[in-house]
Amino acid sequence: MSVRRLAEDQVQPEGFAFNAENLKWAKQTIAKYPEGRQQSAVIPLLMRAQDQDGWVTKRCIEHVADMLEMPYIRVLEVATFYTQFQLKPVGTKAHIQVCGTTPCMLRGSEDLIKVCKSKINDKPFETNASGTLSWEEVECLGACVNAPMMMVFKDTYEDLTPERLEEIINEFEAGKDVKVGPQIDRQFSAPEGGMVTLTEVPTRKETKVAKAPAKRAPAKAAASKPKATKAAKAEAPKVAVKKPVAKAAVKPADANAPLFDAPAGDKDDLKLISGVGPVLERKLNELGITQFAQVAKLTKKQITEVDDRLSFKGRIERDDWKAQAKALAKGGAEEYRKVFGKDPR
Amino acid sequence: MLSDQDRIFTNLYNQGDWGLKGALSRGSWSQTKSFIDRGRDWITDEVKSSGLRGRGGAGFPTGLKWSFMPKVSDGRPHYLVVNADESEPGTCKDREIMRHDPHHLVEGCLLAGRAMDAHHAYIYVRGEFVREREALQAAVDQAYDANLIGKNNVHGWDFDIIVHHGAGAYICGEETALLESLEGKKGQPRLKPPFPAGMGLYGCPTTVNNVESIAVVPEILRRGGSWFAGLGRENNTGSKLFCVSGHVNTPATFEEEMGIPFGELIDKHCGGIRGGWDNLLAVIPGGSSVPCVPGDKMRDAIMDFDGLRDVGSSLGTAAVIVMDKSTDIIAAIARLSAFYKHESCGQCTPCREGTGWMNRVMERMVRGEAQKREIDMLFEVTKQVEGHTICALGDAAAWPIQGLIKNFRPVIEERIDQYTHNAKADGAVPSIAAE
Repeated sequence: MSVRRLAEDQVQPEGFAFNAENLKWAKQTIAKYPEGRQQSAVIPLLMRAQDQDGWVTKRCIEHVADMLEMPYIRVLEVATFYTQFQLKPVGTKAHIQVCGTTPCMLRGSEDLIKVCKSKINDKPFETNASGTLSWEEVECLGACVNAPMMMVFKDTYEDLTPERLEEIINEFEAGKDVKVGPQIDRQFSAPEGGMVTLTEVPTRKETKVAKAPAKRAPAKAAASKPKATKAAKAEAPKVAVKKPVAKAAVKPADANAPLFDAPAGDKDDLKLISGVGPVLERKLNELGITQFAQVAKLTKKQITEVDDRLSFKGRIERDDWKAQAKALAKGGAEEYRKVFGKDPR
Repeated sequence: MLSDQDRIFTNLYNQGDWGLKGALSRGSWSQTKSFIDRGRDWITDEVKSSGLRGRGGAGFPTGLKWSFMPKVSDGRPHYLVVNADESEPGTCKDREIMRHDPHHLVEGCLLAGRAMDAHHAYIYVRGEFVREREALQAAVDQAYDANLIGKNNVHGWDFDIIVHHGAGAYICGEETALLESLEGKKGQPRLKPPFPAGMGLYGCPTTVNNVESIAVVPEILRRGGSWFAGLGRENNTGSKLFCVSGHVNTPATFEEEMGIPFGELIDKHCGGIRGGWDNLLAVIPGGSSVPCVPGDKMRDAIMDFDGLRDVGSSLGTAAVIVMDKSTDIIAAIARLSAFYKHESCGQCTPCREGTGWMNRVMERMVRGEAQKREIDMLFEVTKQVEGHTICALGDAAAWPIQGLIKNFRPVIEERIDQYTHNAKADGAVPSIAAE
């Protein structure tokens, strides 16, 4: 396991949004998975966000969580578990990932790392002075017969030598196009010097496929949205869905009814209370809680009821929502800072 | 050597066109409808009779695995999940299939889907294979456009293929971790049972197969299970993609008949060992997780599941890592320990703590900064990790070290002696070395 944490707050940008093209792509991607299983799209979405911004920011994690209706912590878990997500800014022109695992090591990846150290930065993940280049040692990238190799963003550069790597780094720095794939005279993973197998063309009868009729359009639609609701519905009753455990305090009959009458006036941003995310905010709203003043005035009995409904024990008291809400109701974020000495959330 | 006529992956190096047009010219997608029409039992039986064993490392018979799927659906959909999370160090065969022969895989998904009554396939490609994923997605789109898959397709079996990807976690190659990851969670393996065939993806019956296992199915059905069973030896039939890396003259990926002797494999395809056969030190014959074998035992070894078991190792993914005498074998295995430490998912204590501990000891062994009794202790600890974790990553981390100690103990001892000797000459004897 490797310990991975989000970048310092100082480097975290203020906000995150997908651009129009990526947003469209994201919606299509989410629609690929069965209904109620949007969470499956979390890795593709985070990866797209990384492609867009260069690294995965805190705001991006929250944004993706909101899109998929996942608790923040679940997305944070994913972002920190999978090592391909860069949690800190990396070189803008190239982030060089040198494979250092045994097959590459046998063919000289240690020398490549030396080149990176001398040309970019002594430490991995740190950029060079101009911020354009950075490097790291990664585990096997799956191109072992073309060792030693490295990956820069989406492309691999294989059969490297330290000299060639120096040239490539210079080319990236200068913003030139770099030849991808094997850097020696070689056809992909065929042996250097020419193919040994497949020298005679195997004779196979060509398949004649009837030209697809005017089905193209529906077929395409199926491609972009292949999950029919039929499948999702069929499985729905069989799949264990985690439901909040209804405790004795809540009668089963009114398990979904609001506990409170929603007060008149605008909704407050309950997410400002530390411990409340978008999912909880929605649930609180469903219970009829929309304003800080309501939270501040909760009685002990009501707290127990709300606790049961939200299916977590004692968090309201542990995080002291009442005191937080009282401050927020009195003077908003400013009062909160005065009382707690930090920004809300 | 396997004749070119018997090769399944005929566009392995992208000499032709990887797209649909090229695939059709090479015979893909022919007779597919007749196979689908003959029904699931026929397909499963044909695959069983071919003797195909899973190509992902464990070598479990593929047809048998398919027959574990429920015969009658209870209302839940069935899923086929293709494991394209190829991350085992040394292995790079699925990569070639996905970028150069993707239609074998797409067609195989349809046929395997029919064999398990699944209408959906998910292909989980490792995150680093960006271009491979793009090629595969393009092939899937081509198949949709030609109405070969999708709703109301020409084959009469509704079938959707979704290409999904990971983000750089080796553990997601373990089937239940892969399912977790596909559901949008951390890739931590699940306890079995329940097995995926009963409760897998989204709680539905699921079969997880390696890319190569699925991609060879269309050709097996076209030429008959008996053709495939006629290649190789009994229980180890067919052809297989081998990837040879390390100290050979020309490393390469190629398709070869199972059961070819190691010497022939290297001489015919890889231009021999660097510096000649006398220069061979050791071979890891099946990807990083299998024990290494000393060179002198290896030359006549038979490259299949049973043949390599006889020399105390395993075929695994048929990723052959060759090491010549210039190799520091302790450092090579220590690097694998670092790999497993990095890739442990952190769920089970023996693996999470054990991989780190083994790595730290191995790093001292590389320098010789250890005591000889620690070699036995290290061996003992690998035995305590092995078999005491949910998934096989603990075993995979233990085996290379066990292989090293079994086969190269004198090298480790010599290193320790050397370190102690040097320390004395220096006057400064580190306490740990002053035995």
